[in-house]
Amino acid sequence: MKKARQDIDSILEKYPRHAHHLISLLQDVQEAYGYISPEHLTLVCDHVGAPLTQAWAIISFYKSFSLEPRGEHEIKVCLGTTCHLKGGDRLARMCERDLEVKRGQTTRDQRFSLDTVKCVGACALAPVVMVDDGYLGKANIHSLKERLKKL
Amino acid sequence: MGKIKDVQELEAWRDRLLAAWNPEQPVVRVCSGPGCLAQGADQVAKAFKAAAKKGKFKVAPLIKETGCHGLCSKGTLVNLAPADIFYVRVQPQDVPEIVETSLVKNGVVERLLYRENGKRCRSAADIPFYRLQEKVVLKNVGDIDPLSFEDALAAGAYRSMARALTRMTPDEVIETVRLSGLRGRGGGGFPTGYKWRLAADQTRQNPGPLYIIANGEEGDPGAFMDRAIMEGDPHTVIEGMIIGAYAMGSHQGFLYVRHEYPIALHHLTIAIKQARRHGLLGRNILGTGFSFDLEIHRGAGAYVCGEETAIIASLEGRVGVPVTRPPYPAEHGLWGRPTIINNVETWANVPHIIDKGAEWYAGLGVSHSTGTKIFSLVGKVNNTGLVEVPMGTTLGRLVEEIGGGVPGQARFKAVQTGGPSGGIIPYEFKDISTGDRKLSRGELTSPDMVLETSGFPVEFESFVQAGSILGGGGMIVMDDKDCVVDLARYFLNFLGEESCGKCLPCRLGLKGMLEFLDNFAQGRGDPEDIEVLQSLAQAVMDGSLCGLGRSAPNSVLTSIRYFREEYLAHIQEHRCPAGVCRDLITYRIDQEICDGCGLCLEVCPQNCIAGRKKKPYSIDSKACTRCGSCQDVCPMDAVIVV
Amino acid sequence: MNPKNKPGGLIKFVIDGQKVEAGPGWSILETARHHHIHIPTLCFHPAVTPWGSCRLCVVETRYGKRSQVVASCLTRPVPELEVMTNSERVQNVRRWVLEMLLAECPASREVKDLAAQYGVTSTRFAIKDPNEECLKCGRCVAVCHEVVGVNALTFGSRGVTKQLETPHRVPNNACVGCGCCVSVCPTGALQARLDTVRGDLARRTGHGFAH
Ligand SMILES: Cc1cc2nc3c(=O)[nH]c(=O)nc-3n(C[C@H](O)[C@H](O)[C@H](O)COP(=O)(O)O)c2cc1C
Ligand code: SF4
Ligand code: FES
Ligand code: FES
Repeated sequence: MKKARQDIDSILEKYPRHAHHLISLLQDVQEAYGYISPEHLTLVCDHVGAPLTQAWAIISFYKSFSLEPRGEHEIKVCLGTTCHLKGGDRLARMCERDLEVKRGQTTRDQRFSLDTVKCVGACALAPVVMVDDGYLGKANIHSLKERLKKL
Repeated sequence: MGKIKDVQELEAWRDRLLAAWNPEQPVVRVCSGPGCLAQGADQVAKAFKAAAKKGKFKVAPLIKETGCHGLCSKGTLVNLAPADIFYVRVQPQDVPEIVETSLVKNGVVERLLYRENGKRCRSAADIPFYRLQEKVVLKNVGDIDPLSFEDALAAGAYRSMARALTRMTPDEVIETVRLSGLRGRGGGGFPTGYKWRLAADQTRQNPGPLYIIANGEEGDPGAFMDRAIMEGDPHTVIEGMIIGAYAMGSHQGFLYVRHEYPIALHHLTIAIKQARRHGLLGRNILGTGFSFDLEIHRGAGAYVCGEETAIIASLEGRVGVPVTRPPYPAEHGLWGRPTIINNVETWANVPHIIDKGAEWYAGLGVSHSTGTKIFSLVGKVNNTGLVEVPMGTTLGRLVEEIGGGVPGQARFKAVQTGGPSGGIIPYEFKDISTGDRKLSRGELTSPDMVLETSGFPVEFESFVQAGSILGGGGMIVMDDKDCVVDLARYFLNFLGEESCGKCLPCRLGLKGMLEFLDNFAQGRGDPEDIEVLQSLAQAVMDGSLCGLGRSAPNSVLTSIRYFREEYLAHIQEHRCPAGVCRDLITYRIDQEICDGCGLCLEVCPQNCIAGRKKKPYSIDSKACTRCGSCQDVCPMDAVIVV
Repeated sequence: MNPKNKPGGLIKFVIDGQKVEAGPGWSILETARHHHIHIPTLCFHPAVTPWGSCRLCVVETRYGKRSQVVASCLTRPVPELEVMTNSERVQNVRRWVLEMLLAECPASREVKDLAAQYGVTSTRFAIKDPNEECLKCGRCVAVCHEVVGVNALTFGSRGVTKQLETPHRVPNNACVGCGCCVSVCPTGALQARLDTVRGDLARRTGHGFAH
């Protein structure tokens, strides 16, 4: 997310003005800004000529869209099947206690966003926590606490 | 090189590449699949690259970052050719030693070899995990550099396509696929050749565009078969799609890949660019007059978007809510046109079928399930990773021989197959194998029959008989520390969150079923509730619109069918035999084992652990909320469940 | 996909032992109604494309050896199909769906009456909101989109949290206040929440679809 923000117009111009491109366009906006603001939602709809309701339905349906800015650090606790069997939920509960947020939320100081995800493809290392872009494999409460302290 | 004009030019290029190949040049293949990357494979590759520049070699080695080698639990994996040495758990700091011993000299770093029963295995072929596999689709995954077009070409890419386009009629291609017996790998197992024929007939009756789609949504948590193919050998998927497009007369295809797979997306994007540049995609492919192009779409994060009609909705820029079938997409799909959706693995099988022929393919596997299948073997199994075996291999062989059994002293209890929509199959179904017995459809009419054959073959029908589905190929091994009630709860919860919410039985029914299981997990409820739950499950299966709701109760129903006593233990004895359900267990610190390190004290959020350093600690079970933190951190495994 | 199911021409099949004929493009439900065979429905409305969300209209079909439970409002018959509107499997789905409805929209008179007709008077599901009347059948969304062409409301979110919403959950200025949604609503839920949908008509800027 540290990338320089692309100009909204240059994102819009990548796509022809057709409602087929609504999702792809919203994905690009999400990627560039980390969330979708009401202004951007309207701009995107005007560009492709889709009703605002369609775009709203999409961003509230698909998990990869966020309506609010994300925190500085993203913590994703894997709760895929293997990680679940190996105690991933304990780690998620610990994060909720320590960071004082619920899963899917961002701390008030905008430092951390806590999320749970379904399998990051590293099941061999379960339970796995992703801290920003790094993997913490075979995690336990202790190693996760240490990792969070370093942020 | 730019556009390849015709088949002769393609083959000439391939010949040049093969002729230029120096069999003496050492090749270092560093696995860069997701499992190894998470264990630092990128650093290992970097170290090798740096060393390759410096060392004094006869022939400088070639360092390749390849797709998944399969044995993810032992990463980072490094394979050396032509010496044929297979190193496991390689760390960046091991690289200088490997370079010195095995690349400059001819030795082996013994400590980095894989060990099985105390015996060291020098090459991958010595390891049962690899020896018992049969790689068809994964043949090049782990071998080639997925970003190099020339690598793929030298390994045989686009040969089948060239052959189909120049020497076969579209009907012959469809007929070959039909005769091969290939069935969809996305879960349903629908015969692929038959589906293609329907689509081709549809466009003949109703001329106009036909679209083809590769389903790379792979939403099952714990499954990464399609991911490995897309990351490790993207050109096979593209080639399979071109062949299919030619057979059905399609000129536009789509790859629908979940956004959680950035590497797969990246590799596919590059591969499509390469194919376009060399005239293998686009107008007038290889001068044959046939045109076809591909576009990538990213999934936006919804499990239900693996369902065919939901993919179509997503591609059209709408919310991925399924609609009723019929009309099937083969008649009325994307923008109202005939559309064929196949799983990524299905497409990746096609070039091999065209290359080696329908008969060869049909000879793999068993009568009604031909070919090979990739499984991701995860959970409580020693060799976690990706395996490809012929259809019909017994579950026992898969888990115990290839997977190396469950770790430690635990007992192998069950396998959950088919992802969230699949079911739980108990250990008894996969005892010692009687060999890859061919079962005819007639034989497989009663579930008892399957029980009697001891040795449960992995193929479509037998799974359905047992109440599960083969699904995409996720295979989650459970041991006696895993609770079936808990696992069923987990899947219901997953599906409830992923339900699109359109129809009532799925939206509320799954939640209602979850309430039953939540009760059981707390030791509440009545034995009669099990029957009520079964009747509700039946209503959800019958009443829901799409495959998600219609298969969602599978894990609950199979777990009741095979593990009823475990349900009763929760309900009647308020006891979780596996020691998982939080409300039914008590933690205790074993005074004999505890060495008083005090880690548990630090992490306990309730402050209910008492004791002094160097002396055994104890838990106040009244204040304990059974969060499990102490058990999680205890280095001595002294925290036990009673 | 049945080769016999060609468009055009009458399709002869059987509902509850009675021989019936379907006109071109008719669903099982429409054919049943034409022949005065009763199948309960909630989300079906002749003015809009069937959406198939309430699943109350399920019937069991048998074709050869294959038997299935399907929504009659969405399913087209094929010749020689055998349809049962009251089989055990159908009753099981219907009873559970009615129980779900009692939990989903406990405040609705219409739903209570309907459930009572089938002998369902209480629910084993947890009630989230005792004042709720909306069953998320989708009629209002469909009528606003298909008939009015305005798209003022939609479903937001998914699964159990699915809600009838306007963008950003604020009244939508795109709404023309025509009231079509209210008139198709099977329970009167929309009457109660119209003000959460309808924005300030005077300020209607033409944003949204109606450019
Ligand atoms: C809820 C649901 C999720 C699905 N998810 C996937 C998936 O992740 N990948 C996939 O290939 N097929 C998935 N399918 C199956 C597809 O709908 C479809 O049957 C398949 O892609 C067809 O390809 P095949 O014939 O090659 O198997 C899913 C089906 C349902 C009902
Ligand atoms: S069964 Fe579930 S996922 Fe499928 S359409 Fe119905 S609500 Fe949506
Ligand atoms: S389940 Fe967590 S990485 Fe796969
Ligand atoms: S009337 Fe058919 S599903 Fe509602």
